[in-house]
Amino acid sequence: MRRIGIDVGGTNTDAVLLENDRIVHAAKTPTTPDVTTGIVTALGLLTTERRALAVDAVMIGTTHFTNAVVQRRDLTPVAALRIGLPASASLPPFVDWPEDLADLVRGEVFMVEGGHEYDGRPILPLDTAAVRQAAKRIRERDLGAVGIASVFSPLNPSCEEEAARILQDECPGLSITCSHQLGRIGLLERENATLLNACLVDLAGRTTRGFIEALERSGIRAPLYITQNDGTVLLAEQARQFPVYSFASGPTNSMRGAAFLSRREDALVVDVGGTTTDIGALRHGFPREANNVVEVGGVRTLFRMPDLLSLGLGGGSHVTADPLAVGPLSVGYRLTERARVFGGPELTVTDIGVAAGLLELGERTRVADLSKALIEETLERIRDMLEEGIDRMKTEAAPVPLIAVGGGCFVIPEHLAGVSEVVHVPHQAVANAVGAAIAQVSGEVDQIFQGLSREEAIAKARGIAEERAVRAGAAPGGLKVVEVEDLPLAYLPGNSLRTRVKVVGDIAAR
Amino acid sequence: MPPRPVSLDEIESIAIGAWILGTGGGGSPYLALLNLRRLYREGTVVSLMDPMELADDDRVAVVSNMGAPLVGQERLTDPHTIAQAVRMMEDVIGRSFRAVMSLEIGGGNSLQPFMAAALLGLPVVDADCMGRAFPEAQMTSFAIHNLQMYPLTLVDVRDNAVVVARAASWKWMERLSRTACVAVGSIASTCKAPRTGKEVKECGILYSTSKALRIGLAVRAARRAHRDPIEAVLASEGGQRLFAGKLQDVDRRATEGFLRGTATIEGLDDYRGHTMRLAFQNEFAVAWLDGRPRAMTPDLICVIDTVSGEAIGTETLRYGQRASVIALPAPPVLLTPKGLEHVGPRAFGYDLDFVSVFA
Repeated sequence: MRRIGIDVGGTNTDAVLLENDRIVHAAKTPTTPDVTTGIVTALGLLTTERRALAVDAVMIGTTHFTNAVVQRRDLTPVAALRIGLPASASLPPFVDWPEDLADLVRGEVFMVEGGHEYDGRPILPLDTAAVRQAAKRIRERDLGAVGIASVFSPLNPSCEEEAARILQDECPGLSITCSHQLGRIGLLERENATLLNACLVDLAGRTTRGFIEALERSGIRAPLYITQNDGTVLLAEQARQFPVYSFASGPTNSMRGAAFLSRREDALVVDVGGTTTDIGALRHGFPREANNVVEVGGVRTLFRMPDLLSLGLGGGSHVTADPLAVGPLSVGYRLTERARVFGGPELTVTDIGVAAGLLELGERTRVADLSKALIEETLERIRDMLEEGIDRMKTEAAPVPLIAVGGGCFVIPEHLAGVSEVVHVPHQAVANAVGAAIAQVSGEVDQIFQGLSREEAIAKARGIAEERAVRAGAAPGGLKVVEVEDLPLAYLPGNSLRTRVKVVGDIAAR
Repeated sequence: MPPRPVSLDEIESIAIGAWILGTGGGGSPYLALLNLRRLYREGTVVSLMDPMELADDDRVAVVSNMGAPLVGQERLTDPHTIAQAVRMMEDVIGRSFRAVMSLEIGGGNSLQPFMAAALLGLPVVDADCMGRAFPEAQMTSFAIHNLQMYPLTLVDVRDNAVVVARAASWKWMERLSRTACVAVGSIASTCKAPRTGKEVKECGILYSTSKALRIGLAVRAARRAHRDPIEAVLASEGGQRLFAGKLQDVDRRATEGFLRGTATIEGLDDYRGHTMRLAFQNEFAVAWLDGRPRAMTPDLICVIDTVSGEAIGTETLRYGQRASVIALPAPPVLLTPKGLEHVGPRAFGYDLDFVSVFA
């Protein structure tokens, strides 16, 4: 199988060509404002032959959509339809959004009767007349997207589905996001994710068209997949409906790439960039996920996001003496003009690295004046920062292997407390694109089961998760369970168990 | 002294303090706080009343949100239903209330009286009847003092309402109201047996709202100054640090409608080489240090994120968290022999003689 993995970052577009498990070519080129040109350039660099690449699949990872939310750009106003009255009436959609973002996104807010109880009974029947009223208003306002959230829809999606049918009928061309497609219990957080998704669907459509155009211009005919927060992929046609699922795909791809390049399934990954160091944990080859509420651009959501610890330490971090301090300020992408080894005025971690002989960059003579004591103390401080971060991310007492990636990974010493060995990998500069190229397809379920034993609940959840994975493009054979979690629920009768199961599998062959 | 107005900023602090006083349970005050932010934006101001200002003959509404915390994440708490439960109780007893107070200051119920008060135009009494959070209705200072446990009103958003007119015991009141609560979807607003001003003054846990506020202010001040928020809580409340480490194992199971389980914390820094095991029934009940009981209910056992100072609930415990365990003193009424019968370790099924951390 030949696959291409592409990472479209804020600064660089990276691409790799994988033949089975071997990296054939890797390329790095600046990201362009139109996205397409950068990808075409990167794809061109992957082959020296004149004919187009014959591959089985192309996987693209991008931070485009997170950046849009964080930078408040390219977002469209949406309608919010909440189903559940008379429940939850006092906290309407957008209630806990930062005001500047709500002002951009809040087109119209509708709240109608309907929704379900935890045990599947309806709260009230869906008020279809009110949904039709909402449709009329959406037409009048010419809104292009709607987010629908119904109370307990992860348990019973029927109200959301019926409302979506009505809106589709009344407003042809309206793009619709239903909250049950985005998962978890927690109405506000699920609704927030739904509304964020709705306001990004237009951008996701345009971006996906840009990706497809880039493949066409490069003469590549292969299915296009977009990488997700959890290290798996969706077909581009499905993914364009769910831009929020790719919010955290950048760090995820980097960790997955590190796992692949090092042939390790369980390890810590330390990614040292220019400004920050991200520490994450791999479990069965996938990033361990954060359990709690995750904020995106100031909005509380419940996403499948990798559990990351970010330290203000990178190759560009400022170093000052008396008293000694490292970071969090950094020269960032201006390393080649600001750092001492490039003739700049700022003493950075990179300068210390060059002076200590850890890497060769710029002119070493420009840092020859640094005292041995300062160099040693700085490296010692960096070691302390790393060791503390590593200890926070570890979940077991025994030493674990650590995979070093990123442009600044020269700062990672060979021996660290709590670490059994430091693993360096080839192609670490394009670990992101490698992570994209090797992505698998997943299916997940998070639901309350009643009247079943723990084993029965997990088996049932597994069945649903497998069905979802196959629908998302996985080969039916060889699906693997990567996560099982169950939480008994206080104050609910009938042996209620909230069960979460995730399965992954390889992409079905063409 | 007339009731004094409470600012929204103070309510934000009460939410932080109440979450710590929840000792792992009681549910997060976040959604109640969102409601109050909206009510304040519309111009509402709630005032706080010194319990000593109550006349003996005044009537005080004791309110709480009842149900499963998880259902509360979908059917979001609403000031109208809690206010409705109070109005209904006024109809039942044929008298108007002078003020509203909280059943439990720990967790989300700390802010229920503020939501009710905002709509009813009544003050909130600076008191509750647990001084923390507890899982059951008979675990209150009013029950310890043998006060009457009925009537109770229970209201849901659909305009269903139930009056429990009589109950043979606190356990029966818990059973009857719990059954009604499950029937309306495992979430309901309740107004407990009304109390007279005299009963509140003599049997309530006084100034617990101020206590939550004080704790919240201490945490926020420490965060702003980049000082240790846990140290700030201990200094403010005369608490003791019991342990600091990393969550190694969590085992949860639901039995008889409660979230029971244990958590194991492996020591770090000064506690390296030691292990603390915590048992919980919605709230943390007992802490063992290297196998020996170190703290037990009713002393408050609070687990706090070592870095942020944010309380960690028994539902949100997870592997790898950096957590500190602290103990705060329990209200004296809970430490009496009668109090220990209701809320001591044996009331939770642990065959231990109560020994206070602060003895």
